[in-house]
Amino acid sequence: MTILVIAEHNNDRVRTSTRNTIAAAKDIADKTGADIHVLVAGKDCAGAATGASQIEHVAKVLRADAPHYEHGLAENISNLVVANADAYSYIMAPGSTFGRNIMPRIAALLDVQQVSDILSVEGEKTFTRPIYGGQAIATVESTDEKTILTVRTTGFDAVAAEGGSAPVEDIDSQDDAKLSTFVSLEESKSERPELSSANIVVSGGRGVGSKDDFKLIEDLADKLGAAVGASRVAVDSGYVPNDYQVGQTGKVVAPNLYMAVGISGAIQHLAGMKDSKVIVAINKDEEAPIFQIADYGLVADLFDAVPELIEKL
Amino acid sequence: MKILVPVKRAIDYKVKVHVKSDNSGVELSNVKMSMNPFDEIAVEEATKLKEAGKATEIVAVSIGPDKAQETIRTAMAIGADRGILVKTDAPTDLGGVEPLAVAKALKAIVEKEQPDLVIMGKQSIDDDSNQTGQMLAALLGWGQATFASKVDLEDGKAVVTREIDGGLETISVSTPAIITTDLRLNEPRYASLPNIMKAKKKPLEEMNPEDVGVEFSPRVKILSVKEPAKREAGVMVESVDELIDKLKNEAKVI
Repeated sequence: MTILVIAEHNNDRVRTSTRNTIAAAKDIADKTGADIHVLVAGKDCAGAATGASQIEHVAKVLRADAPHYEHGLAENISNLVVANADAYSYIMAPGSTFGRNIMPRIAALLDVQQVSDILSVEGEKTFTRPIYGGQAIATVESTDEKTILTVRTTGFDAVAAEGGSAPVEDIDSQDDAKLSTFVSLEESKSERPELSSANIVVSGGRGVGSKDDFKLIEDLADKLGAAVGASRVAVDSGYVPNDYQVGQTGKVVAPNLYMAVGISGAIQHLAGMKDSKVIVAINKDEEAPIFQIADYGLVADLFDAVPELIEKL
Repeated sequence: MKILVPVKRAIDYKVKVHVKSDNSGVELSNVKMSMNPFDEIAVEEATKLKEAGKATEIVAVSIGPDKAQETIRTAMAIGADRGILVKTDAPTDLGGVEPLAVAKALKAIVEKEQPDLVIMGKQSIDDDSNQTGQMLAALLGWGQATFASKVDLEDGKAVVTREIDGGLETISVSTPAIITTDLRLNEPRYASLPNIMKAKKKPLEEMNPEDVGVEFSPRVKILSVKEPAKREAGVMVESVDELIDKLKNEAKVI
């Protein structure tokens, strides 16, 4: 029995989400004795393939290198996975936008009802997953012969990036499906840690009030070496780009410290951060729902409290 | 150009969800239901394309109980020209109508209706699977542009900007294609009263699951549904100094 994990990578390096997914695969392997293989499909992706081969618990890396795999287009990646699917009982990917885009396509081609966003592995084919924006947790059992999963990365601590020495096997690429083509990427450039895997996240919401004032949140984040997040209102109001959004429809984070500044705590936002280890809320409205889940709450005007924090930290 | 827009009747996004006491699911009786918000964005986008002269007809499709008619009428009040309801009493959130079966039913309808584009929500806010659009694209052998925040139709293709983890990605996809909507694609309008009245007279066709060759028997068993673990209420601090002290010496996170 073998598990295939589809690596998320930038051709040079595998992303942390891949190691979270391998951690989930390891939980399945512990119950089934399965081996874990990792597929790296990309263009000039030797770097990512070597990186994948060094991750602990990986038994083999499959590498498919072709120009039409460079940007992870769903039609091409899914054809590749389906062509190699016979050998695998489980196919898994991170529940990131990469995995969410490709996996249902693979599942449908294999006539499998996918299980999305697993939080834990309870049995060989039994998993928990959040539903209703995390307002409930379902325990579900897949009955399909193959099991196709995406993994809620915050549910699994990433396995170590080093310690493995898996062989890398080159596999044949499939033809370009020519259904879609990559045009451009407007990448959010940041020196800060990546939001979904940062140790500390500082998020701003409606209370911040403007794009200019959001700099205050960024300054606090920089002081703490933190990633910057935002509520949906802050994104919709144009204070920050879309990929800063934390919540049901944005990113789900679970850092050691989450600081919510000027965020009231709508259900949709809480769904994206309530599993953080320590939550701090700073809000001038003492009735804000965010205080009900915060470990430390400070009722204060953020324009007083945040500069003071920056100065004293 | 004909656009097909699948719409789902789901719990209203403002409703606080309660788990049933027998842990079999989520309480849905006497709970406000609405059109899944992402689907509303899809209907709005199709309507805008029609208003811009790029689309000629919008067909709204729903799969669900009798009451899903209301959801289709809502789509019609925004701009859909006609509707199709595939009627089933199987639960549409959990343990009943699953994404793969929905994709198969939609495939049958696409084959009959021959739309040039399907625009649909990226996920429904009940089971949060985020699968149906991608599955439908796979079954039809069409290209897919998921999580769209901008759609431009050109000759034989759609240029779509997608909200992805690292920023915004733009791809070009040959039509016919599936586009799934993200939050920032547009802001759905409020239907006007005259349009709500007009919607009542638009044609709505009813079908059975057999008509689309699908059986809604779940492949994923729901073993239990529970409330998530509750966080212990924390403490209020009086000052920034106290906060820093707690974070350093009590929580030890900075």
